[in-house]
Amino acid sequence: MGAYVLRRLAYGAGVVLGVLFLLFLLFFTVTAPEDIARKALGDKAPPEAVEIWLTNHGYDRPLWPWQDWDENLLFDHYRRMLTFDFGLSDADDSPIIDRIKAGMGPSLSLTVPLLVLGMLAAIPLSLLVAFFRETYIDRMGVFLCVLAMSVSTLLYIIGAQFLIGKVLRWYPISGFDANLLLLPRFLALPLLVGVISGIGGDVRFYRTVFLEESGRDFVRTARAKGAGEVRIMTHHVLRNALIPILTRVVLAIPFLFMGSLLLEAFFGIPGLGSMMFDAIQANDFSTMRTMVYVGSLLFIFGQVATDISYGLVDPRVRVE
Amino acid sequence: MMGLEPHIWSNVMTVLLVSGAIFVTRVVRGQRLWREAAQALWQRRRFALVVVAVYVLIGLADSVAWKGGVPEGAMGVLPNAPLSLLDRAFLDSREASYSAPFADVEFYGGAPLRNPGKHPFGTDILGRDVLYLALKGARVALLIGGLTSLIAIPLALLFGVGAGYFGGRFDDFVFFLISTLASMPSLLLLIALIMVMGRGTVSVCVALAVTGWVGFCRLSRAETLKLRELDYVQAARALGVSETRIIFRHILPNLAHLIVITFVLTFSGLVLSEAVLSWLGIGVDGSWGQMIDGARDELSREPIVWWNIGAAGTVLFVLILAVNAVGDAVRDVLDPRTLRGQQ
Repeated sequence: MGAYVLRRLAYGAGVVLGVLFLLFLLFFTVTAPEDIARKALGDKAPPEAVEIWLTNHGYDRPLWPWQDWDENLLFDHYRRMLTFDFGLSDADDSPIIDRIKAGMGPSLSLTVPLLVLGMLAAIPLSLLVAFFRETYIDRMGVFLCVLAMSVSTLLYIIGAQFLIGKVLRWYPISGFDANLLLLPRFLALPLLVGVISGIGGDVRFYRTVFLEESGRDFVRTARAKGAGEVRIMTHHVLRNALIPILTRVVLAIPFLFMGSLLLEAFFGIPGLGSMMFDAIQANDFSTMRTMVYVGSLLFIFGQVATDISYGLVDPRVRVE
Repeated sequence: MMGLEPHIWSNVMTVLLVSGAIFVTRVVRGQRLWREAAQALWQRRRFALVVVAVYVLIGLADSVAWKGGVPEGAMGVLPNAPLSLLDRAFLDSREASYSAPFADVEFYGGAPLRNPGKHPFGTDILGRDVLYLALKGARVALLIGGLTSLIAIPLALLFGVGAGYFGGRFDDFVFFLISTLASMPSLLLLIALIMVMGRGTVSVCVALAVTGWVGFCRLSRAETLKLRELDYVQAARALGVSETRIIFRHILPNLAHLIVITFVLTFSGLVLSEAVLSWLGIGVDGSWGQMIDGARDELSREPIVWWNIGAAGTVLFVLILAVNAVGDAVRDVLDPRTLRGQQ
């Protein structure tokens, strides 16, 4: 078991180093630091200003270790990223780490309820559809799912803001307030849109899981014992389907910290999604680089944790 | 591109695509497996297939362009610009400003229109016919889906089949590369790639391909691992058939159904991603995503200008719905796993 955990951790660490290398290729060689400086300062900036900018942002070194072993950007990039020293934003010179800390709260206040509400909506619906499998209700349900999946998220957002925010005036179109009494009013619309735009794909996924479980031997046994169809659905199918459902949820948890780019930017929630949106608009390469790294790190962490816990529970996983 | 003018390049590509489609049709007709699959597909999703075909025809009509033949004084046309079939159908349809669907007068001010009652979806702020813009988006959408798949699928096959068939160091390398790419959040990686490569159709497609090839690579690697152990592949190897010939003769044909399924199922996702990219300001010019993004603020005008976003949203929705419906049927028809489930 110890060997398995070590191997898995080592592989995870290797993938982190790989991600960092890809990021270096993208953000330092495909776009050279001089290009970033030009974009930050404008095309007409004098060469001296570019030099000063490069020095201030720590870009004034050769790229590769074989050019200068002690002072090069590759090692510097690895050292800074691995010690979470993310440096300054390329756009407005503010420390990136401060913005991440400030943005995590608002992001989580959106994504955590979104995950919970999404599951509360999708699982009962898909149980219902799976219960009526191969009837018109099932076919209707699948058709509605495909219909819901075919609408662009942009249209859901614009439609909800227009209909509920502007015409009916039930909830504010956008905005945010950390006050717990006001917060639900601001989150209502993004949560509604998030749940609706995700529900088609979710119901289809859970339906497949439930159908797979309802073809198993233990379901047949339960039916032979005389268990009712409803009891089979809730006690035998749902219980066993919890394993793949939990896997999906556990893998989604790391991404909760990243927020939602679309929802946050449209609804004015000052989380990490909005931060990335601003970074894209302002050609802020260092923020973008950091966010891709943080996202990957969270994902790898989640995956390694899942694999190790599987290995703890299921000895078959360890053998491979 | 390559010294050719863009419209000539587009014409050549159109001819290549049409001849490719004819070739594929002949192959499908010649082989019983594919012929029966095509027939089953036609029986199940006749309507959706027709809808997709209409979009393809519109896209082709916008891809064949030539110069000249423009009457003097046509509004909004440069004298020597190449115009496609679609452009020519809507020649001289331009107005001065907004007009509602089928209106005779302008929306604000009420000045009479040049073409009264001829704009079924109205015109946008620059006076361009909205139906024309919506139809023009078909080519862009098909280009995004098609070009991306044309880059991503061969890439995935090269690495996936190679890794699965040869194994060893190469397999380790490919597996590591896949895990690395898969662990980067795809929307962020997509945005990062476009930020770094610059904007434009080709770089958007390349970025979508780089983020999209991983899934199919994993699938084709796993499938190749299974196929290479099969008796007839072992027999071919024992008879001394070369590795390349085994791959092309015995492995790739057995992956063909997966290629088709992947192509159709990822298509709609690609077009929808482009809409998000357009909203971020890094999409492809002339796409429906850009129309939706541009029309976003017009809903807050008074009175409301709704036909712009309505038209773009509808054409996008109908294409995605049709492709999704076809995709599900393609999977049901071609995937042996679902076939087994039905028996």
